Amino acid sequence: MRRTPRETAESSRKIARRGLLLGGSQLAFAGVLALRMRHVQVDQADEFRLLAEENRINIHLIPPSRGRIFDREGRVIADNENTYRITMRREDAGDLEDTIGKLAQLVSLDPEDVSRALDEMRHSPPFLQVAVADRVSWDEISRVAVNAPALPGVTPEVGLSRVYPQHETFAHVVGYVGPVSERDLARYEDPEPVLRIPRFQIGKVGIEAKFEEALRGSAGAKRVEVNAVGRVMRELDRREGTAGADLQLTLDSDLQDYIKARLGPESASAVVMEVETGDILAIASSPSYDPNKFVRGISTRDYSALRDNNHRPLASKTVQDAYPPGSTFKMVTALAGLAAGVIGPDDTAYCRGHIEVGSRRFHCWKRAGHGHVNLENSLRDSCDVYYYELAMKVGIENIAAMGRKLGLGIAPDVPMSAVTPGLMPDKDWKRRERGAEWLVGDSVNASIGQGFVLTSPLQQAIMTARLATGREIMPRLVRSIGGVQTPIEGGGDLGIDPRHLKWVRKGMISVVNSPRGTARSSRIEADDMRMAGKTGTSQVRNRVVKNQDVPWEERDHALFVCYAPLDNPRIAVSVVIEHGGGGSAEAAPVARDVMLQALYKGTPPLEAYPSSDRGRIREQQERIAHERAKRHEAEGRRA
Amino acid sequence: MSYLEYSVKTVPTGWRKILFLNWPLVVLLSAVASVGFLMLYSVAGGSLQPWAEPQMKRYLLGLGAMFFVAMVPIWLWRNLSALIYLGALGLLILVELFGAIGMGAQRWIDIGFMRLQPSELMKVSLVMALAAYYDWLPLKRVSRPIWVLLPLLLILAPTILTLIQPDLGTALLLMIGGGAMMFMAGVHWAYFAVVIAAGVGTVYTVFLSRGTPWQLLKDYQFRRIDTFLDPSTDPLGAGYHITQAKIAMGSGGWTGRGFMQGTQSRLNFLPEKHTDFIFNTLAEEFGFVGGLSLLLLYVLIVIFCVFAAIQNKDRYSSLLILGVGLTFFLFFAVNMSMVMGLAPVVGVPLPLVSYGGSAMLVLMIAFGLVQSAHIHRPR
Repeated sequence: MRRTPRETAESSRKIARRGLLLGGSQLAFAGVLALRMRHVQVDQADEFRLLAEENRINIHLIPPSRGRIFDREGRVIADNENTYRITMRREDAGDLEDTIGKLAQLVSLDPEDVSRALDEMRHSPPFLQVAVADRVSWDEISRVAVNAPALPGVTPEVGLSRVYPQHETFAHVVGYVGPVSERDLARYEDPEPVLRIPRFQIGKVGIEAKFEEALRGSAGAKRVEVNAVGRVMRELDRREGTAGADLQLTLDSDLQDYIKARLGPESASAVVMEVETGDILAIASSPSYDPNKFVRGISTRDYSALRDNNHRPLASKTVQDAYPPGSTFKMVTALAGLAAGVIGPDDTAYCRGHIEVGSRRFHCWKRAGHGHVNLENSLRDSCDVYYYELAMKVGIENIAAMGRKLGLGIAPDVPMSAVTPGLMPDKDWKRRERGAEWLVGDSVNASIGQGFVLTSPLQQAIMTARLATGREIMPRLVRSIGGVQTPIEGGGDLGIDPRHLKWVRKGMISVVNSPRGTARSSRIEADDMRMAGKTGTSQVRNRVVKNQDVPWEERDHALFVCYAPLDNPRIAVSVVIEHGGGGSAEAAPVARDVMLQALYKGTPPLEAYPSSDRGRIREQQERIAHERAKRHEAEGRRA
Repeated sequence: MSYLEYSVKTVPTGWRKILFLNWPLVVLLSAVASVGFLMLYSVAGGSLQPWAEPQMKRYLLGLGAMFFVAMVPIWLWRNLSALIYLGALGLLILVELFGAIGMGAQRWIDIGFMRLQPSELMKVSLVMALAAYYDWLPLKRVSRPIWVLLPLLLILAPTILTLIQPDLGTALLLMIGGGAMMFMAGVHWAYFAVVIAAGVGTVYTVFLSRGTPWQLLKDYQFRRIDTFLDPSTDPLGAGYHITQAKIAMGSGGWTGRGFMQGTQSRLNFLPEKHTDFIFNTLAEEFGFVGGLSLLLLYVLIVIFCVFAAIQNKDRYSSLLILGVGLTFFLFFAVNMSMVMGLAPVVGVPLPLVSYGGSAMLVLMIAFGLVQSAHIHRPR
């Protein structure tokens, strides 16, 4: 189609006009793009740079190794061991089933773990390591390592886990660790990130829990660069953590182990204390349990067996259980009487075997009565009537005050779980807690450690140490934390007249050493090691039948407290044998054996024992040595 | 033959044509393509494979195609315009019927050495067809309704075909490109006012249709729109791409993090880093300065086209050059808006820079037409 020049010119003009218009708007839009670019890249640059860094950098925590726990001689109580696990990575493994099949020929695999691992591998990024078997033995790990070429993508990994080489011996003191639970996390306001590391272990009970912060140490960290799917591309930098502080305890493994063997299958507990320093040399509760089982995750069956055992292996009886102290409390009543000035050492009471208080009759343990009894003999013979009368004169307030002075009714400051304050009752307490007035009969009961009075075996040891020294001895369980000595606390004078103490100790000496003493059969013959003590039998149920005629649960608790040597006391021991019967027959021999073991720092010579007993003691020593050796062999540790 | 109104004697012939090529344009195109090679080399972690080398080969092929097209007299191309348009339309229908399945949308035909996207071809064919139509149409009829309807059909047919593929980006480009061609040809203002009003109405209707059984867009398209409106609402899902793209760009700052130092692209946080989002890699590694430089190159190409069009006295040539320039502009404008978070992610590559064969080849052919129009312009 031909166009006239006029038409052509008009067309060109129009195109030029509209072309420029459109070109102009294109330019304007390009300007908008440039402005947007400036806004994102210049104005918001810092913000986006930060986001880019957040994208690319991940922080991986390196768990610190937990502080170890030693006894006073430096023997290991809690250690860390390498645990091995086998992990697989999908992208390297090729045929997953085939590789696992080969692996199963070398290592025993739990089918449940395997199916879980396969599932996890299929649903996670291919480079993620997934655990196939945990807590694999060294032998199995070696086999895997040797066959590595045939097992693509399989890597043995090493980690640290808590182990208690002495097994049951320190379970109640040291406690155990376990993986962090949701409840643990809830305890902290802002839980440390290290707690969120899978399998990270924290102290659950006992010293492990009480010194958690010190033992844990602080986590290290490495910063790694990751790509969009989370694969680690390279390590940027690394800061090693600091290992947890080591703890040294005041405990003596050997003594603790001996006590465990000596207590045997009894439901019993014993505390051994240095009277000068308050250092606890042994604090054992029997029967016990193996804390390693809890670290590995105890089976429901094992746990129910522990829980349902009527000897209560899980209970830390030395600090957590409070018993009526029985006659071991008589020193408190006596000192209260002396302090109040209502009796002198030679004042006597007449024991007819019972006493009438109001309309009630209170019996002495000896129905026939003790006749005229002074202070020393009241302890030696453990006459109850003497203390009934004393209690009526001195009153419960004075007795309670003396009890508290000696450490009763107050929770001892030791880093163990569920430490009971026991109970040192007074008028206020009864009004507050029972809503009733204090009766004279209550004082009478309390005077011989029955009724409301409750003490823990540890409190009894503290009481004995204070009686032996007259000073405010405080228990100490931890000698040093991370090499820093723990100070010895207390030690100030109790403000008890030394003469009063002397008179009471004289009674305690007679208990063991006088020909008529209730614990004479448990005396120590070695001259420089002689012992003073007091028996106690605390009634579980009010009755007149003999112990052997009632079921185990209803029998009396047998108690004994003692210290030695006489002129320069070094050691205090307290023993409670639940439902053991009489204190003199059951608890005193155990306490004496433990005392000798502590005094001699090992097996005592037979000469320390009364000559008539030596044959029997030798047999006992041999039996216990054999038992301990056998147990150590079974536990795979050095004796 | 309107062209015969002008003297053809002065038109260069034979190899002399090469001297009359618009060389600055060739240099500009090569500069842009080189930016592409550099970035493809970078996103591959400093390697010619798998992207930079094939892209270079394609560019050389494209350059060859451009020279070939440029040598052919423009009037020949004009006479073939209608045929080419019909061919492209046919191919578009063909992919709709037999197309291979790729990326969930039927878009390409395998022709041996490369995958041909008829929708790409259509972008040029439509420009050619409309330019030819308005060259043929007497000026006074341009704004008559009956003569407006025909180009409208030419535009709508391929638009609808690409829309049902579904390739929203290309459909958008075809529609805007075609509309702009009509505008430049001199169609009356009023039509555009009506169409824009209708467009706004349509968008409104589309949004209204959401969640009803007669929903006009697929769910993923709606979600893309949502993400565009507020990408932060779904930073790990639908908004992830655009958020990461903006992080890449923003972290570049003024001068960038350095060649091959972009963490977002190197560590794969950036999606489609070698295709649609390659601009973000550039912006991350060379910063605002780098991004602006590329934008400047693009703008220069557009300016060259506009001036070449105004200089050219032939109606077909002018319209064609403006159309190609506009198509080119739409490519980078839509891509950049999209990767900067100004527009929804519709899948338009960055012209000559993004990895991909069809778009580059078609663009080079289009610039070949521009060159042909330039060489054979009436003097």
